[in-house]
Amino acid sequence: MELMSIQSFAEPGLIHFLIVSAILFSLGIMAVLSRRNTIMVLMGVELILNSANINFIAFSRFTELSLHGHMIGLFVIIIAAAEAAVALAIVLNVYNKFKTINLDEISLLKG
Amino acid sequence: MYTQLPLAILILPLLAFILLIFFGKKLPRQGDWLATGLMTLTLILSLILLVTKLNTQPAEAISSSFDWVVIGSQTISFGIMIDNLAAVMLVVVTLVSTLVHYFSMGYMKDDVRYSRYFAYLGLFSFSMLGIVLTNNILLMYVFWELVGVSSYLLIGHWYEKKSASNAANKAFIVNRVGDFGMFIGIMILFLSYSTFAFEAIFDSISAGQLPFGSEGWLTAAGVLIFCGAVGKSAQFPLHVWLPDAMEGPTPVSALIHAATMVAAGVYLVARVFPMLTADALLVIAYVGAITALIAATIAITQYDIKKVLAYSTISQLGYMIMALGVGAYTAGFMHLVTHAAFKAGLFLGAGSVIFGMHAALHKLHDHHTDAQDIRNMGGLKSRMPFTYWTFLIFTLAISGIPLTSGFLSKDEILAGTLAFSTLNGHWFLPLIGFLVAGLTAFYMFRLLILTFHGKPVNEKIYEGVTESPKVMTIPLVILAALSLFFFYSFNPFGATSGWFYGAIQRPLSMVPELLQPATYPVFYEAVSSVHTIAMLLSILIATGGVLMALAVYHWKKISAESLAKRAGVLYTGSVNKWYFDEIYDTVFVKGCHVIMKMLRWFDENIIDGIVNGSAMITKIFSNASGWIDNNIVDGLVNGTANTAGRAGGLLSHVQTGKVQTYLVYVIFSFLVLFVLFL
Repeated sequence: MELMSIQSFAEPGLIHFLIVSAILFSLGIMAVLSRRNTIMVLMGVELILNSANINFIAFSRFTELSLHGHMIGLFVIIIAAAEAAVALAIVLNVYNKFKTINLDEISLLKG
Repeated sequence: MYTQLPLAILILPLLAFILLIFFGKKLPRQGDWLATGLMTLTLILSLILLVTKLNTQPAEAISSSFDWVVIGSQTISFGIMIDNLAAVMLVVVTLVSTLVHYFSMGYMKDDVRYSRYFAYLGLFSFSMLGIVLTNNILLMYVFWELVGVSSYLLIGHWYEKKSASNAANKAFIVNRVGDFGMFIGIMILFLSYSTFAFEAIFDSISAGQLPFGSEGWLTAAGVLIFCGAVGKSAQFPLHVWLPDAMEGPTPVSALIHAATMVAAGVYLVARVFPMLTADALLVIAYVGAITALIAATIAITQYDIKKVLAYSTISQLGYMIMALGVGAYTAGFMHLVTHAAFKAGLFLGAGSVIFGMHAALHKLHDHHTDAQDIRNMGGLKSRMPFTYWTFLIFTLAISGIPLTSGFLSKDEILAGTLAFSTLNGHWFLPLIGFLVAGLTAFYMFRLLILTFHGKPVNEKIYEGVTESPKVMTIPLVILAALSLFFFYSFNPFGATSGWFYGAIQRPLSMVPELLQPATYPVFYEAVSSVHTIAMLLSILIATGGVLMALAVYHWKKISAESLAKRAGVLYTGSVNKWYFDEIYDTVFVKGCHVIMKMLRWFDENIIDGIVNGSAMITKIFSNASGWIDNNIVDGLVNGTANTAGRAGGLLSHVQTGKVQTYLVYVIFSFLVLFVLFL
């Protein structure tokens, strides 16, 4: 029984997933806002995307969304891959032009 | 037959013109064979047309036309008309033109613009054939002007010479004066009858319709149309262009004087003869008589071989016009035809002499002696036998000596004027007619004797002169043959029995009876009764003129100098061509200058004053409006721009250029919205 209660305690609900996802999202936002290195910012974006993925999967498991959530999760993974490719290509070009990938120094649009 | 053949005759010279003007320089021998060949073909076609016409339909006028312009109900049609007059004229024009072509191949050899010269000859012939063939006075006017243009081009052929280009301008401008009158005449007819066709106009007149309902207008229309003839046929007072036209190449002079340009005027009068009232005809007769007298008196004293011939042409044209005016229609037209042959011959003969003189002077390297001055010639008879003998025949013909063509036509004209004076009492006309006949014989033999007889003035030149090449002498021989009587009538003392009088008959007058000249039977009666007297008188006077010339210049019984002295004012007047050029210069040219000066003063002071004044006002206005623009409008615009710029500068501090800052703004505002609305 003890084991059962432990099991029931250990059984994660929707809320746990959302918490993990929120933490991941916040970490991603932090990375995006605070890192100076463009690659790190990109990694933050990946975190944000994955936190959204976790949300989709969780909602798919615990609500009537069923397989739709999985499908959207797969889409997000594919889009993330594409985004990474495009973004890295942009970063390469930015490096070629400015000889740096430090975001503070890339400020042509400064008013 | 009567449509295609005339069209072919008309088109062939034009074809020669087009081909030579574009490809002349590229063709072998610069295309002279092409122009000459096409012209010869035209002559053959014209001969066929004339013979067919006289043998099959001798009494009819065959006309065909097409609509050229249709404006509402108004139709202007163009077409061709072949009557005997046109058929004979076609042969005259093409014959002289062909012979001139052949002659030019010799005379114009080595000319700078050889092919262009032949091209213009083609254009000239085309224009003249157009005048002959048309059935319509507007189309005739078009070709009339084309003749003017092509004569301008040919007279000014050696345009490097100032005198040649001036002469070309003079011919063109003087002709314009006459054409202006002609155009007004055409417009009077068109406004009254709404048609340009000769036959339709004549029909309307004979149906009793008068222009603007008045007889005076009909006379006016006739006289105005005759103005065109005054210009083209070099009648007084517009005769001044023709002697100057001698600046052109001599074969061109032959063409202008014999068959094309000056004949056009006579042809025009013959064409419109049915619509001329008795008053208009009287004007025409007097203009012709005055012209004949003035030109003959000038010709007596000239020394330039071509000038003498030019004035003789004017004088003979005066004869033709006078003949038409008195109603001796056939005689006038016949004189045109016979004159075409012997005058073309005289000019080509003169060309041959000048050619020989030029060659002689060239050999002597003499560029000062005038090759055309008969005072430098003399005795050329033995050097140029062909030229001499043909020239003699032409001179006999123009002097009206029996057995020549000129005798036939001139005799009929003189009989006509005499008959006219017995009918109407205008004794001035036959008087001038006979006087001019004597003068003509005198000055033509003077020319012949001074050029070919006597001792050569300059032995060196005389030695250098040789006979011209065959291509130049053969046309002379042909023309000399055509100056004999049997081509026109087998009776050497009366043209009336010949084919010519059978073919060309005076058309019935279409004008109302009261305005008509004496009808043909009445006139013919009068002519028959005076014919013998007129013939005897004309032979007598012509022989008198010849004997006088021989006495003065050949036998030297009478001194020319003492004659000139005795004539006094008359002699100076004649030498100076009765001062026509000077009078025209003073009245028209100087008059124009005075008007021009007045206009210039008006322009400079009044027009310029107005223009400058308005410019000044505009300038003041524009200065004021410029100040407003610079200060007020620009101030407003710049103020707005500055305000916007400052505001932008302030706001631009928000733009750090760092993406992450923007993201912070985004997330912060999102959170604010989230808190506010959820």
